[in-house]
Amino acid sequence: MCLAIPARVVELLPDNMARVSLDGVLKTTSLAFVEGVGVGDYIVLHVGYALAKIDEEEAQRTLALLQEAASLGVLA
Amino acid sequence: MKHLDEYRDGHLAKGLAARIAQEARTGRSYSFMEFCGGHTHAISRYGVEDILPENIRLIHGPGCPVCVLPMGRIDEAIELAKNPVVTLCVYGDLMRVPGSNGASLTRAKAGGADIRMVYSTLEAIEIAERAPSREIVFFAIGFETTTPPTVAAIRLAQKKGLKNFSVFCNHVLTPAAMRQILETSDPQALPLEGFIGPAHVSTVIGTAPYEAFAQEFRKPVVIAGFEPLDVMQAILMLVRQVNDGRAEVENEYIRAVTLEGNRIAQQEIAEVFELRESFEWRGLGEIPKSALRLREAYGDYDAERRFPMEKRFARDNPACECGPILQGLKQPRDCKLFGTACTPETPMGACMVSSEGSCAAYWAYGRFRAPERRAAG
Amino acid sequence: MNRMDLVGRKLDLRQGLVDLSHGAGGRAMARLIGDIFVAAFDNDMLRAGNDQSAFEVAGGRMVMTTDAYVVSPLFFPGGDIGLLAVNGTINDIAMAGAAPLYMSASFVIEEGFPLADLQRIAQSMGAASRAAGVPIITGDTKVVERGKADGVFISTACVGSAPAGLELSGDKARPGDAILLSGSIGDHGVAVMSRRQDLGFDTDVLSDTTALHGLVAAMMAVGGASIRAMRDPTRGGLAATLNEIAHQSGVGARIDEAALPIKPQVAAACELLGLDPLNVANEGKLVAIVERGAAEAILAAMRAHPLGVEAALIGEIVADDCRFVQMTTAFGGARIVDWLSGEQLPRIC
Repeated sequence: MCLAIPARVVELLPDNMARVSLDGVLKTTSLAFVEGVGVGDYIVLHVGYALAKIDEEEAQRTLALLQEAASLGVLA
Repeated sequence: MKHLDEYRDGHLAKGLAARIAQEARTGRSYSFMEFCGGHTHAISRYGVEDILPENIRLIHGPGCPVCVLPMGRIDEAIELAKNPVVTLCVYGDLMRVPGSNGASLTRAKAGGADIRMVYSTLEAIEIAERAPSREIVFFAIGFETTTPPTVAAIRLAQKKGLKNFSVFCNHVLTPAAMRQILETSDPQALPLEGFIGPAHVSTVIGTAPYEAFAQEFRKPVVIAGFEPLDVMQAILMLVRQVNDGRAEVENEYIRAVTLEGNRIAQQEIAEVFELRESFEWRGLGEIPKSALRLREAYGDYDAERRFPMEKRFARDNPACECGPILQGLKQPRDCKLFGTACTPETPMGACMVSSEGSCAAYWAYGRFRAPERRAAG
Repeated sequence: MNRMDLVGRKLDLRQGLVDLSHGAGGRAMARLIGDIFVAAFDNDMLRAGNDQSAFEVAGGRMVMTTDAYVVSPLFFPGGDIGLLAVNGTINDIAMAGAAPLYMSASFVIEEGFPLADLQRIAQSMGAASRAAGVPIITGDTKVVERGKADGVFISTACVGSAPAGLELSGDKARPGDAILLSGSIGDHGVAVMSRRQDLGFDTDVLSDTTALHGLVAAMMAVGGASIRAMRDPTRGGLAATLNEIAHQSGVGARIDEAALPIKPQVAAACELLGLDPLNVANEGKLVAIVERGAAEAILAAMRAHPLGVEAALIGEIVADDCRFVQMTTAFGGARIVDWLSGEQLPRIC
């Protein structure tokens, strides 16, 4: 229900803020609800706040699962 | 766009659709409710239902915070905005929601009320700082995803010593609504076999709260990411659970959702908010322990305490079927007002005005899919 | 010689403000018109200093259009209100397949508006007018009290001449016709929105404002007789234009999402704000409904022109009593592309 977008952290700012980029579009966001976020990490952005850090490994696993399910579907 | 485009791949979609068609047993139908309005929007926008097999039915749930906001609360907000010292800050989604007698925030603004659309609560704080002689009221709505930003604003107001900022709080809770649907639904009227669980609510609350539905009601729940391939993968996982006779909580959105959820957000919410005994949900009636209000200690930031108002009870147009539609009992085309009195230009109920309401989604994306046309392909 | 040279006090173009005397019809107004508008628009007809200008026409059909420009903010990445005014008006003439000839421009200026900004806008208009070969030959100036105009409002008119026997019209689309789009959608809307403080995002996207009559001429040369209708999708975006044509012609349309050109930053900005690029404004693009047989040739002519490099065949007109504009999504599903309802609002949900 909540329009949240994955964006890449490009710069850390004072007061627990950060500049994030979605394909070159830059936005300032608050990091008040996430920890251990650094430049290069992806966060889930909702109305100006990062709500979660995206786990790259899990993302890879998800894509692999998707590809597996999809390919089996096509073959059979 | 990384972490977005990969999950919109049309080629993978075809493969997944074929897979679902293989695994869904012929002669058996599957009915799943996608709780979250954002999922409703994604399903419509990408035409996911077009590529699913015929025996999978998706029921649109009430996870649209604009849709479930009772009309009376819009009336109260307009009342607040008409106070000459108040500047009411709202998210864009709320501007056109109909209140009683054709009123809306857009109309109130045209009539002179100081209503400002904001993208983030941070802006409402900035407005409060720049205008110390005005009373800034933030109209807070949303499920658990949108609650942390409201909390952050209150904490920031506290830190900055702002004396002119308050929140009109309408935050509601997902598990309570899911429970209400499960407890009150009649299996004959609503054959509901599982839930596609919300993506971003779950980043905040984690997957643990859904265990109760799996165990108590024997309904599988699969948390799905926001993108169409996420939704399809979740549907595949639900089909498998139903076939296997399982009723578990599974997480498809593992890249952003964990078992515990966002601890910081949960702690902050608990610090500032407490449960209301009961709250009216449009279409679902009064639901106990389903909504939040500010704790006494934060009373200065509670608009309802600062600006005591007469409680407004507004009744929907009797022909408006938003209620049954929100419960998944009826479809938009079952409503007499749909497409006649009720259109996106002239919305009668919130299901039409919110872009993730069932009626708006059906109007925008599904009207051409009359049953005959769908069969023809 | 410019008769306005010696009238009134010299304007303080760096720090001066427009005041009510500049609209009162006296020396101050004459000075404003001379130093700012006549200087910037720079043509003999205007320098003659009359309230009207006369010109010869070749005969045949004339085309006329009028427009008003109230954009806010007045200056945005890639352009300003003046540029929009010149280009947008020329485009209305061009969409009829006609050659734009002469323009007028009226200004309603708010008391207190900086003269420097007014000059900037006028110079923008002058440059655009010269680049397009369409002089601004007459105009009007009014000044209203503070608060009664958003800085400046510009109203324009333009006349052009249409080739004989040509009648492009939105009601001429027929099932089987091809739908061509001259380039990427959503640039202008995103550029303007990026200047809004409350939306708070930064982007390199520039407004695509441009005059399209050169592109149109290239298209007409190759297949003028095969073009049914042309329209530039401004407010309401591509969705509004396709729906307008569908309704006027009593037909439906089917487009292919994968064929729509869109800049990655525009797509990203729309994602962030929860907007549909199909509803976002453009100021330098056109949609052409053409006979299917001529589509490839016209498309090639568009791509050979600097303003049509990304031109694409995006769909076709179909028979449909309901007049739906349908889109096959990149995902493989289908959905309706509807008119925008009300004002375009960013959403959180």
